[in-house]
Amino acid sequence: MTPALKIIAPGPHTTVQGTRRVGYQDVGVPASGPLDVVSLRLANALVGNTPGTPTLEMLLQGPLCEVLADSVRVALVGCSAGIEVRSGNARVIPAGRSVRIMRGEVLRIGPLIDSTCAYLAIEGGLDIAPVLGSASTYVRGAIGGIQGRRLQKGDTVPLTRAVTEVRAERELPEPLDLAFDQPVRVVLGPQRDYFTEHGVKSFLSSVYTVSPQADRMGFRLDGPTIEHAKDYNIVSDGVVSGSIQVPGSGRPIILMMDNQTTGGYPKIATVISADLPVIGRRRPGRTIRFTAVEVQEAEELRREQEAAIQRQIARIGAMSHAGQESLSRR
Amino acid sequence: MNVRFLPSGDTAVVIEFGDRIDRHLNERVLRLNALVRAARLPGVVETLPTFRSLMIHYDPLLTENASIIAAVARLLDRGPGEARQVKLWRIPACYAAGHGPDLEEVAQRTGLGTAEIIRLHSGTRYQVYMIGFSPGFPYLGDLPAPLALPRRADPRVRVPAGSIAIAANITGVYPVESPGGWHLIGTTPVRLFDLRWPQPALLNPGDMVRFEPVDVREFAAIQAAVAADTYSVPCEAIAP
Repeated sequence: MTPALKIIAPGPHTTVQGTRRVGYQDVGVPASGPLDVVSLRLANALVGNTPGTPTLEMLLQGPLCEVLADSVRVALVGCSAGIEVRSGNARVIPAGRSVRIMRGEVLRIGPLIDSTCAYLAIEGGLDIAPVLGSASTYVRGAIGGIQGRRLQKGDTVPLTRAVTEVRAERELPEPLDLAFDQPVRVVLGPQRDYFTEHGVKSFLSSVYTVSPQADRMGFRLDGPTIEHAKDYNIVSDGVVSGSIQVPGSGRPIILMMDNQTTGGYPKIATVISADLPVIGRRRPGRTIRFTAVEVQEAEELRREQEAAIQRQIARIGAMSHAGQESLSRR
Repeated sequence: MNVRFLPSGDTAVVIEFGDRIDRHLNERVLRLNALVRAARLPGVVETLPTFRSLMIHYDPLLTENASIIAAVARLLDRGPGEARQVKLWRIPACYAAGHGPDLEEVAQRTGLGTAEIIRLHSGTRYQVYMIGFSPGFPYLGDLPAPLALPRRADPRVRVPAGSIAIAANITGVYPVESPGGWHLIGTTPVRLFDLRWPQPALLNPGDMVRFEPVDVREFAAIQAAVAADTYSVPCEAIAP
């Protein structure tokens, strides 16, 4: 039998996400990929996977699933919730640690508590054929993942490995800083000239709240309106994940990973790539403040972030025996 | 002509040729796109031509905004590049009752007869200005001026795949079922997007398109052939 995770309850929005789907934006296919690529990479590193190995991305709450393999090793990163293992040896494994789970055991990830999204990486990865070069799911276009959709009750998510070796489990050197209070850095433009000075000032000095209308395509924000200098519409041009559109309502929309490839609203600014995961983690009701940087600074910040991630991955260590003991006593 | 380099954060540069829908402007975008692709600049992830600008997506760990701009400026200095050979696609279009739910309304609002609308729509050779909105959706222009109407006041939640639509000076085809606010004047039985194809989209930016009217019987025959994977859309190479 194919090793798999059987989905008993999928959670509100659980999809396969790995690398971005690059090379098809010119024919209208969004790049998709994880809302929080930093958490995805760390989760993969904890179980020894390469950085873009497909994982399960869960929004707000995780799945309940049964292990249909002799043993699997998994790790959860991106939130404060842990992995509950239900069996004779019931235990809770906090985020940021790997754990080996045996056939017949059931794992549950409940409400994520603080973040919007979290990633469950499985040692060896999911056995999912890439579509247009990526296994990531684009639900609106029914592309990638499990039949192009979010997981449903009864799905079996195929795994590449039927068994994992016994070894010391690994943990992050320190918990991931989810940066809920950090101002979000943006590069102004490309259509800064479609907004008045007052509009730009208001954008950079106001506190916005993530609206309930937030999904993988875009996060709508509530807050003070932004004043346009001219038309509310532009002749469509390219957009990126992180583009901040301001439609006629004056309220900004941050385009996220499933963004359409082009758009017809003026874009006041773009979230820098290092801070895109920071947006991805902020659930409806959380606040966002923006601060402007130059593009060179944004590029430098991204390089620094990459170096920090690599340092963190290099410092992932085996847990002490005592640590493992205390876990199993819970 | 004035070209503007605009940052789209630290992962893309926009090279903007203008702010209008204009075939000459789009031609410049497409030529630069061809030059950038041929140059294989390090760190460039992909390029996205639109009506009036070229977006270059890059990896900020491999290159930077300033390098992209310098390289593109050199390409622009070299001149417009060679005239392209382009593909002309002949896409079957059924304008019969039941295939174009808004045709009557378009007739009322434009003051034209339905036969005249069909003659104008199918009598024009369109350029694929860009693909966007949804996978494989072509923006085709220019629509003859008498057919120009603003978008519908109440967009549809579901527009069936294959619907041929018009809005302002553009016509397009919905490759998959999706929401949509354009006027639906016909239906094509052919697929414009299919994940089983090595290149999933039938049309590419810069291609030319003509709609060839077919009646209900021909529509059904082509639809059956498409379902059986035995139909290919007529296509020829032409000078633009």
